[in-house]
Amino acid sequence: MSDLLEIDRLKVYFDTREGTVKAVDDVSLRVRRGETVCIVGESGCGKSITAMSIMGLVGSNAAAGPFVDGQIRFDGRNLLRLDRNELRTIRGREIAMIFQEPMTSLNPVLPIGEQIMEPLIEHLKLSRKAARARAIELIRKVGISRPEQIAKSYPHELSGGMLQRIMIAIAISCNPKLLIADEPTTALDVTIQAQILDMMRQFKADSNMSILLITHDLGVVAEMADYVVVMYSGKVVEEGEVVELFTNPKHPYTRGLLKSKPVINQRQDELYSIPGQVPNPLELRPSCYFHERCERCMDVCRTREPRLREVGDNGKVACWLYEEAVVHA
Amino acid sequence: MSTIGSEITKAGTAGTAPVRSSMWRQAARRLLKNRLAMLGLAVVVFMFAFCFIGPLFSPYTDNKIHLAQMNKPPSPQHWLGTDALGRDVLTRVMQAGRISLTVGLASMVLSVFIGSLLGAIAGYFRGICDQIIMRLADLLLTIPGLPLLFILGALLSDWKVPTEYRMYIVMLMLSLVNWPGLARMVRGEVLSLREREFMQAATVLGLRNRRKLFNHLLPNLVPLIIVIASLNVGGAILSESVLSFFGLGVMPPTPTWGNMIDSANNMIDFQKRPWLWIPPGFSIFATVIAINIFGDGLRDVLDPRPRK
Repeated sequence: MSDLLEIDRLKVYFDTREGTVKAVDDVSLRVRRGETVCIVGESGCGKSITAMSIMGLVGSNAAAGPFVDGQIRFDGRNLLRLDRNELRTIRGREIAMIFQEPMTSLNPVLPIGEQIMEPLIEHLKLSRKAARARAIELIRKVGISRPEQIAKSYPHELSGGMLQRIMIAIAISCNPKLLIADEPTTALDVTIQAQILDMMRQFKADSNMSILLITHDLGVVAEMADYVVVMYSGKVVEEGEVVELFTNPKHPYTRGLLKSKPVINQRQDELYSIPGQVPNPLELRPSCYFHERCERCMDVCRTREPRLREVGDNGKVACWLYEEAVVHA
Repeated sequence: MSTIGSEITKAGTAGTAPVRSSMWRQAARRLLKNRLAMLGLAVVVFMFAFCFIGPLFSPYTDNKIHLAQMNKPPSPQHWLGTDALGRDVLTRVMQAGRISLTVGLASMVLSVFIGSLLGAIAGYFRGICDQIIMRLADLLLTIPGLPLLFILGALLSDWKVPTEYRMYIVMLMLSLVNWPGLARMVRGEVLSLREREFMQAATVLGLRNRRKLFNHLLPNLVPLIIVIASLNVGGAILSESVLSFFGLGVMPPTPTWGNMIDSANNMIDFQKRPWLWIPPGFSIFATVIAINIFGDGLRDVLDPRPRK
C-alpha cells in the first residue's frame, strides 16, 4: 500500500517588496496510513505553511499568490493540481484540519450543532434530521455532557477546551483519512491539553486515521508521534522515529531543542536556550541556516548547504557533521 | 478513551454546561430593558396602528370633498380640522401614513436586499465581480441622491405615469439611490469577515461557496444589516416626503405626509391654519426618530459576539 500523504520537494516562496521569502524550501515528508507524524520547529520555520499548502489554503487566499512548486500526493492524487471542486470533495471529507485557536475557528453566530452538521450534509449527504442526530452523537463522543444543549449553544458560551473538542468532533465527523492538527493544544491549559491529545489518539486508534501534528511542544511530540520531522527556516533538518530522535538526536538544532526542555524533578537555575535568533528569511545565503547559532559550526557550514541524507536506521539529517567526506577531510 | 481520560473529561465539563436560551430570546430580553428603544418601538407600533387601523374608525374618507366644511379648525367633528377642499385632515394623515410607511418599508426591503446581496458578492468573490459592482455603486454615489431623485421624478411626470403607479415607482427610485451606500458597508464588513479564521475553517471543511456565503457570512452581517435597514426606513420616509413635497413623488390626490405639507405651503395656511401642516410634519418627525432609536437599540442587542 502506498503512503497516504507524500510531500515531494514542496516549495512555497512569497514575493515581498524586500525580496523573496522562502517560507517552505524543498520540504519532503511522508505520512503512512495510521501513523502520527509530528512537524516540530520554532515559530516561522514553515510548519504551518506546509500544513496550509496541503489544504490548498496557500495561494488561494492572498491576492498576489506565492510561488508554489513540488508535489503533494494524497492517496495517489496531486493536491496542487486539483481544481476547486475536486479539492472541495477532499477537504473535510478525507483530510480534516484542526486549528490552533478554537475560539476563533468557529463561527460566532452559528449554533455549535449547526456547524457540526454542515460537513455531514455537504459530504455525507445526510438529511438535516440525520445530521442533527449524528452531531449530537459526535458531541457526546468527544466527552461533553448534555450534548443536546451544547448543540444549541453558541461558541462564546463554551470554554476553550470544550471548543477544541467541538473542533475535533467536526474534524472526525466524516471519518477523514488524515487529520492535520496545527498546534491544537497551544491555546489550552496543560490539563486540557492532555485530554485533547488523549482524545485524538483514541480516535486515531479507532479509525486507522493518520495524524499530521504540527507543534513546537516536545512534550506533545513525545506523547503522540511515531515519526518526527524537525524543521528550521523552511527546511527539514532532521527526521526519524520518535524514540531514536529523542534518545539519539543528531542535528545540533534538535539537540538544542531537547536540551531546552525542562526535566521534572531536577532543579535547574536557568533553562537552556539555543543562543541567537532565527535568521531573517530575506537574508539567507547558501549555508547551513543554523550555522550562526550552532555550537559545532565548521567552515563548510558557512558557505555550503548540507543535504538531507540518511543516517542510521530510518533517520535523516541535514548537517555537515554527518557528511563523512567533510568530517574526515 | 481510556477510563482515566473519560473520568477527567466528565469532571471537566459537567459544571460548565451553560444555561441555554436562544440568541433571539436573549436579545429580546435585553431589548426589553432598553427603555429608549422600547419607547421607539412603541411609537413605531403606534404609528402603524394609527395609520393602518385608524382609518377604519373614521367616518370620513381621505378624498371626499366637502365644500361646506372648507378650512375649518379642529372641532369635535373634525379633530384635526379640514383642508381647503373640506377633507378631514386626521383621516388624510392616517391614509398618508399608510403610503409613507409602505413606501419606506418596501424601498428599505428592496434596497437592503439588493445592497447586501451585491455587497456580499463583491466582498466575497473579489476580483472582477467586485470591480463591476463597486464601480457601479461608485457611479451612483457620485451623483448626489436628491438631484438624481428629482431628475427621475421629473421624468416620471414627463412620461405621464398614472398616479396609482407612482407610489411603486417612487419605491424603486428610492432603492436605486439607497443600495450603493449599503453595498459598500456590507462589502467592507465581508472583506474583514472573509479573512477570519472561522472562514478558513469553513474552507477546510470543504463547504461550497454558496454555503459559506449564505450560512457563514450573512448571519454575521445580520446586526449590521438590521441597523442599516432601520436607519434606511427612516431615510426612505424622509426622501419620499421630500419628493412629494416638491411634487415629484406620490401625487395628490393620493395623500402622503410630504404632499400634505406641500399643499399647505403658502403664507396663509402656514400662519393661519397650522392644523394643515403640523400633523403630517409631526408624523414624519416622530416616525423617523422612533425608527432610528429603535434601530440603535436593536444593534446593541443583536450582536451575539460577547460584549466588552
